[in-house]
Amino acid sequence: MTVMADERELRDDALNGLELSTRLDRIWRTPSGLLGALMSVDHKVVGRRYIVTAFAFLLLGGLLAILMRIQLAGPEQTFLSADKYNQIFTMHGSTMMFLFAVPVMEAFAVYLVPLMVGTRNIAFPRLNAFSYWMFLFGGCFLWISFALNVGPDVGWFAYVPLSSLQYTPTKRPDVWAQMITFTEVAALAVSVEIVVTVFKLRAPGMTLDRIPLFVWAMLVTSFLVMFAMPSIMVASTSLILDRLVNTRFYDSSSGGHPLLWQHLFWFFGHPEVYIIFIPGTGMVSAILATFARRPVIGYPVVILSLIATGFLSFGLWVHHMFVTGLPQLGAGLFTASSMLIAVPSGLQIFCWLATLWDGRPVYRTPLLFVIGFIVIFVLGGLSGVMVASVPIDTQVHDTYFVVAHFHYVLIGGAVFPLIGAVYYWFPKITGRMLSERLGRWNFWLAFVGFNVAFFPMHILGLIGMPRRVYTYTADMDWAHLNLLSSGGAAIFALSFALLLVNVVISLRSGALAGDNPWDASTLEWATSSPPPPQNFDRIPVVKHRDPLWLDHASLPVVAGLSLERREVLLTSLAEAEPQIREASPEPSIWPLLTAIATTVFFIGSIFTPWAVLWGTPPMAVTLIGWFWPGGSKEDEE
Amino acid sequence: MRQTIVRNVAELPTYGYGPRSGPWWGAMGFMALEGMGFAIAIGGYLYLYAVNPNWPIGATPPDLWPGTAETIVYLLSVIPNEMTNRAAHRQDLAKVRTGLIVMSLIGIALLILRGFEFAHLNTRWDNSAYGSIVWLILGLHTTHLATDVGDTVVLTVLMFTRHARPRRFSDVTDNVFYWNFVVLAWLPLYVLLDWVPRL
Repeated sequence: MTVMADERELRDDALNGLELSTRLDRIWRTPSGLLGALMSVDHKVVGRRYIVTAFAFLLLGGLLAILMRIQLAGPEQTFLSADKYNQIFTMHGSTMMFLFAVPVMEAFAVYLVPLMVGTRNIAFPRLNAFSYWMFLFGGCFLWISFALNVGPDVGWFAYVPLSSLQYTPTKRPDVWAQMITFTEVAALAVSVEIVVTVFKLRAPGMTLDRIPLFVWAMLVTSFLVMFAMPSIMVASTSLILDRLVNTRFYDSSSGGHPLLWQHLFWFFGHPEVYIIFIPGTGMVSAILATFARRPVIGYPVVILSLIATGFLSFGLWVHHMFVTGLPQLGAGLFTASSMLIAVPSGLQIFCWLATLWDGRPVYRTPLLFVIGFIVIFVLGGLSGVMVASVPIDTQVHDTYFVVAHFHYVLIGGAVFPLIGAVYYWFPKITGRMLSERLGRWNFWLAFVGFNVAFFPMHILGLIGMPRRVYTYTADMDWAHLNLLSSGGAAIFALSFALLLVNVVISLRSGALAGDNPWDASTLEWATSSPPPPQNFDRIPVVKHRDPLWLDHASLPVVAGLSLERREVLLTSLAEAEPQIREASPEPSIWPLLTAIATTVFFIGSIFTPWAVLWGTPPMAVTLIGWFWPGGSKEDEE
Repeated sequence: MRQTIVRNVAELPTYGYGPRSGPWWGAMGFMALEGMGFAIAIGGYLYLYAVNPNWPIGATPPDLWPGTAETIVYLLSVIPNEMTNRAAHRQDLAKVRTGLIVMSLIGIALLILRGFEFAHLNTRWDNSAYGSIVWLILGLHTTHLATDVGDTVVLTVLMFTRHARPRRFSDVTDNVFYWNFVVLAWLPLYVLLDWVPRL
């Protein structure tokens, strides 16, 4: 093709093949060197960092779990003191929820969503970089505090009055509350990016009914984050204010109310469960279609289920508060809604089973984890319907039955799909396959270890063992089941060690993956593994829900984007009709500087309210630096 | 994979207004989550109102004039805001500059009025849960207002530099759009803070 006479700018219809790739690579590449790395706004670089960091926190949170299981393996052990145990279960819960489960799902979305919708970068790439730094700094803040013996010890829910100044006069609850602020800022930022990426950056022709199910799941999740997390930010801010400047939100002697905390916390806390679970279902749908060798049956049913789950998840929070003496009508309503949410989840499960039934399943490691997910999650769902009922909940509240239930739901519903997703997308992200043999060992150890660790907890709960006790006496008859559970935990931990070994070995010497090792159908497999900085040499055009299965050999594409600056294609919300060739930001150090300024502000403000005054100017300066046009082509169009 | 070019988008514009542009949707997203923050804070207020037999607790209701004056300024500010919007769509740089200066001044005036409002709340944050929640809500909205005013001032300065290129008019319209949200978010808060304690 030739350049049109009146074109002054070089466009991608003028070059082909290697010449085109090289040119795009030069425009989109993250600068080299340490400074370059700190400036990166590539969603793949940021996504990789996010994934690795979240797994590092999984490792730390997992080690704490092992410490607890060692302590509880027998009666009256002195391996951990009561005080240490309080810190450890608080750190375990907080780390797993705020530093692993939510961030790791967002991390996968940051990496995958732009590739799956066929664009070159996420919307608001600098906000994305900022989000990662905030997450990293917030996580480090929590763990450094823990190392300095200021780790929180009031549970991952930090109920007042225990977390109020009167009962915990140290800085421990402040560390917890401000870690929340860090991670919520990060999560909210990613959610807005994902929503806008899905709304505006989809490849031409990717109409609403052609969006991959994983992308749908992340879209619904992002809305959940946007509507749930403001609640916990109001909660954590008011807790810090109560502790720092004597506000009275939770002080019942001055008109405050401890239950206000529980409402605010669980209005966030219950959707949080679905913020973790819905991405898991998206991963399941993606993996299942590929390995059942057919599209997921009931595509509209799955999407409507995701949306219904999203809405319903905001109407259940009070079931965490059944023993607080609620009016009966309220308890009845929340029982009904808690049972109702099983319906859309059940519909999805039936769609997946039908897909497996009708497909020609290839039982590779990712699919094994999906099947493990179905088994474990259904069990967790069943105990969920049980505790939705007030009489049963009153009986088992604060016992190990609940611990068993939510680990079945969260590990079954999110971690099994996640590990499946690691096996599934590792080839795309690194260019190498993970070992299938180690993968099978990994799966069976995880499946057996998990069930041996957590199933006995149902029984322990039913026979009366309460949560959050650091030890128990021998005459309670809990010792055997606890020992069994600890043994299972060791096997479960071993499965993660094996995953780590598999990753390390495969990174060095795994089989080369090629573009599409699983013969999957979605767009991320249409580019090389790992994808080049520009993701695609030309933006794909989508004509089918499973574009790569429609045509295995050739990809319809659009041409006409710039080869002189970073440019992405904006399309219309519903029909994905091309609308605008929009500039995409270049690398910048300002998001990191803004994150540092924000960190100083946040940490300072748990010690003195004046931090709000002296902490603001640096933030303002860095934000202006961020948004002020740099004089590059991107900015001056 | 072999690529087949089926379409050429070279003729498309490089920026757009409203729902066609990315930043507009970003602003929508932030409005949604900030709006939710306000809704939660309002919920907190009503919760405390419901569980306390006396309201306001140990205080008289806020003096009406600062909040009412603010509300009037907010409502009137929609007019120059809309004029700025139209000028930006016409890419009329001179009018946009004037509009942004006016909007910056209105923002600063509102921040000053806000100072008076805090002074006339007739309660302190540490008096009672009532004092705490009104200070929190007013504080939230002040942060919101101050951020937007800061943003407007920076944009005003920017439009006087060489960076005032055509695509910046789209940024101006997004700023206008966001201001409407600041106004809209204020109205229920005004009723809540100034009138509910008088019920």
